[in-house]
Amino acid sequence: MATAAAQQTAGTQVYGGQDDTADTAAYEHAFDTAVAADERIEPRDWMPDAYRATLVRQIAQHAHSEIIGMQPEANWITRAPSLRRKAILMAKVQDEAGHGLYLYSAAETLGTGRDELLDKLHTGRQKYSSIFNYPTLTWADVGAIGWLVDGAAITNQVPLCRCSYGPYARAMVRICKEESFHQRQGYELLLALSRGTPEQHAMAQDAVDRWWWPSLMMFGPPDDESAHSAQSMAWKIKRHSNDELRQRFVDICVPQAESLDLTLPDPDLRWNEERGQHDFGRIDWTEFWAVLKGNGPCNEQRITQRRQAHDEGAWVREAAAAYATKHAAPAPRTHETGAAHA
Amino acid sequence: MVLSHRLGEWAGHAPVLEEEVALANIALDLLGQARVLLSLAGDEDELAYLREERAFRNLQLVEQPNGDFAHTIVRQLYFSTYQHLLYARLATAEGPFAPLAAKAVKEVAYHRDHAEQWTLRLGDGTDVSHERMERAGEALWRFTGEMFRPVEGLDMDAQELEAAWLESVTSVLSRATLTVPEGPRSGAWTAGAGRQGLHTESFGRMLAEMQHLHRSHPGASW
Repeated sequence: MATAAAQQTAGTQVYGGQDDTADTAAYEHAFDTAVAADERIEPRDWMPDAYRATLVRQIAQHAHSEIIGMQPEANWITRAPSLRRKAILMAKVQDEAGHGLYLYSAAETLGTGRDELLDKLHTGRQKYSSIFNYPTLTWADVGAIGWLVDGAAITNQVPLCRCSYGPYARAMVRICKEESFHQRQGYELLLALSRGTPEQHAMAQDAVDRWWWPSLMMFGPPDDESAHSAQSMAWKIKRHSNDELRQRFVDICVPQAESLDLTLPDPDLRWNEERGQHDFGRIDWTEFWAVLKGNGPCNEQRITQRRQAHDEGAWVREAAAAYATKHAAPAPRTHETGAAHA
Repeated sequence: MVLSHRLGEWAGHAPVLEEEVALANIALDLLGQARVLLSLAGDEDELAYLREERAFRNLQLVEQPNGDFAHTIVRQLYFSTYQHLLYARLATAEGPFAPLAAKAVKEVAYHRDHAEQWTLRLGDGTDVSHERMERAGEALWRFTGEMFRPVEGLDMDAQELEAAWLESVTSVLSRATLTVPEGPRSGAWTAGAGRQGLHTESFGRMLAEMQHLHRSHPGASW
């Protein structure tokens, strides 16, 4: 927030509004002006409590999605069918861990620690993207995830590069660069399968059939059922509605599927001349809500593995902390302690 | 290639997010080195996916299962110390491996540093971590002798390399308050036999997993 509200950061920080009403109103006004002017809100700026809370929730869940999202793909690292593909997949999973780190750091600028957020993930109080509750059953799933899941993620995330909260927007710029690389690689993987043997082609088609609808669900519930949408758009955290982004994604995918020589599993999918967009079939929202509430195919497995990795790693983290304490450089001597030792 | 595969098994299971990144990073470096080496010998995928267990020439040390984080770190300490010393020598020597070694030595320096830092943290961390490191150090010690057996086509002074390795590992273990194992550095009847295609039991299962998809589609390209 560079200009309009710069003066507010110069004064005392006010969190939670225990200051008098006139000041709070002034802060609120400065915040609204900054958002309206498309300026970035930065960590030390005043912001409404609800804005802070929404961002913590969204960024944390985004971070959780990156680290849970490592599992379905890591499932195939040891079975990748060529060394080149294996290297690509390892690099991708490594990038996801890195994205998780960026995002936890962005969340921490809002005053919440990574440990606390991980604990919320492990105890089911915070969610991750529903897509990662689907299993990777064949090698082609790795390609379908790259093309469709990363594709949907990018469609969602590119507008977040202009999100009103600076640290989140900057994290998204870096993440989107890497994600679009992954997406191209996924597409290329599917293309190799599609142009390969009949068995490979069938494997690619089967993967697309299973991942298409879950990918469309990644954009969230329809606009009239989306709880946080209106407020998030007013705060310029979100820039487009769920349905707008979903439509954009469908329109991007249809020609790509054609050039892959693969079909999309939707009999109602067709070009609508009048709208200049594709019409597509109805999403199974019953399945969406079931997966979101924990009853998808892999919910239990994903969270169990995450908790297990965390629990089994506890002794390692404790050792690192104990070592750091033992070998900490002595605190710089202040005038007083210096005098006391002397 | 084999060690890279083992490290790849850690993905999604590491004790802390930073280690997900670090272990994958090391695995990728090693895979890159393996691809260069295999390509010098023939087709990388044919060599990786279509050889049977008895035709693999890797050290038994690198095929050892990950075990706990301490086992993984000790395996890495023993191996990357060796690799770093070896590549540093090869990089300055004449021969077909010099260009590879010159590039790889930089990567391996990082691996070695990573393993040393963790050896210090775990060895000199808590009682639990110390105990786990002692056990891992002991369990893997018997596989270290093989690294210094003469290898056909590789011109190196094995004795000098071994002395440098022992000195380095001893120094790190001591600084980590760990005991330098006293047992034999070559295991039982398979002593130093990885290079002859004699492996330990878990290796066959590792290969079965690694090769199954490639072998299920003969002649396919990926």
